[in-house]
Amino acid sequence: MQILSVDNLTVTPKNAPSRFLVKNASFQLSAGKTTCIVGESGSGKSLTALTMMGLLSQQLHASGQVIFQGADITKLDNKALQKIRGAKIGMIFQEPMTSLNPVLTVGYQIGESLTAHLGLQGMGLKLRVQSLLQQVGIPIERANSYPDELSGGQRQRVMIAMSIACEPALLIADEPTTALDVTVQAQILKLLDELKTRMNMAMLFITHDFGVVADIADDVIVMFRGEIVEAGSKKQVLEKPQHPYTKALLACVPDAEGLKQLKPIDYAWLKEGKLKDKAA
Amino acid sequence: MSDNSQPSIILQANHLVKSYTQRSGRFGLGSMQVKALDDVSITLKTGVTLAVVGESGSGKSTLARCLLQLHPFEAGEVLFQGQDLTKLSAEALRAVRKHLQMVFQDPFASLNPRMKVGEIVGEGLLIHGLGSAAEQKQKTLAMLEKVGLSADDAQKYPHQFSGGQRQRIGIARALVLQPKVVVCDEPVSALDVSVQAQILLLLKDLQQEMGLSYIFITHDLRVVRHIADEMVVMHRGKIVEQGIVADIYNAPQQTYTQQLLSAIPGRKAA
Repeated sequence: MQILSVDNLTVTPKNAPSRFLVKNASFQLSAGKTTCIVGESGSGKSLTALTMMGLLSQQLHASGQVIFQGADITKLDNKALQKIRGAKIGMIFQEPMTSLNPVLTVGYQIGESLTAHLGLQGMGLKLRVQSLLQQVGIPIERANSYPDELSGGQRQRVMIAMSIACEPALLIADEPTTALDVTVQAQILKLLDELKTRMNMAMLFITHDFGVVADIADDVIVMFRGEIVEAGSKKQVLEKPQHPYTKALLACVPDAEGLKQLKPIDYAWLKEGKLKDKAA
Repeated sequence: MSDNSQPSIILQANHLVKSYTQRSGRFGLGSMQVKALDDVSITLKTGVTLAVVGESGSGKSTLARCLLQLHPFEAGEVLFQGQDLTKLSAEALRAVRKHLQMVFQDPFASLNPRMKVGEIVGEGLLIHGLGSAAEQKQKTLAMLEKVGLSADDAQKYPHQFSGGQRQRIGIARALVLQPKVVVCDEPVSALDVSVQAQILLLLKDLQQEMGLSYIFITHDLRVVRHIADEMVVMHRGKIVEQGIVADIYNAPQQTYTQQLLSAIPGRKAA
């Protein structure tokens, strides 16, 4: 089932309309599927996600459509957006410490969106928060802890509990494991994958790490300088990449077996004209 | 292997101990001792890359700093070419330091924004008084070209460069003194994967050309596999496993090493 459709999304700075930060991006997200957007810094992957949540900066202008449950998100006003954000679209960001309020208990913070969107209060709220903590693997006593009393991995689990509290149809995760140690990262990826399957969510997962893509993605979108240069199933993109940029990027990724000869990207070769020709 | 009379050993640390006092409890009223290095010994052979691997808080960066005598430590010795650095006077240590250089993680924070690139790279030559002004300039420009920048770049400021180029400047700064040992503390962690590949290859080329020995601090086990010959795995201030990289990847002996290796993303798939 299709959850969200992005059609010809273009993002430009308002004061420089000919500079494309995202250019003609189109893709669909389906329930129960994880789609990874992968790209280097400045490729437009985070901007694409921000537009999908209606969080684009005032200095930027988006054209094109982002259709979510029949409505175009880019056209909605703040009030309508607030009803969607946190309720129907959940979000997780990279650095859990800066996303959590240090002076409120994590239980309170998880409960906030339940009160705001579902009107839960009192005992019902408390039980729901406890159930969420259990789902993300945190002992329920931790509801009374402050963010600084938790480890990085636990904080990210709290963020996940907050983001799934209202059972969103779509979860957007922007580099959620980049700040975490590798063993913790593995746990968080597993948790997200389990939750996605159990709740039949669509998940949009933004990362720069092809290892993470290989672990969690169903579908992969590769972005380069604001454009989607390749999209397809994980197997297709990772094993039989078509576009020269994807091939070049994959050749830079060190493998754990150490078998591969690393080959840096020759950007001169990738210049403007070449980018347009899809390799045969 | 711990025999320091062997000529091929360039840097050796024996039984390093370093602890921090950490404030604990709410408002930091309590305090507790954290052992960042708990009886750590490593051996670096000439021309070899030794990776120090661990998660945050494992003590790997503390080890790097203690090796270069940038942090005091409570016990242990650091032998550079058989000479105990802890026993040297400040002056003698300064003279040795040109052989021991460091490349830092964050290419944005580690370069002085008010200095021109030529000044940054040439500063070490100036401090150590190596050669005349003309020779220093010539060495600086040659080093910039060696790391893939141009002589014109000497007149620019760090902010005019991308992250990867800045890391090249950081490498030029470390290598212009023709050091014997370079400690690289997460030199590619802040870089995009395509830039990371460039820098890793550059470090490898320079190692061959200049006969450098590297201590390579990293949390990324995929990078280790590509750059290092030997490795030590650190966990909570202790070395839990050490040996040849290929051996450890093929048959990790310790549970912690096994956990680390199996957590490498994308290992099974792709």
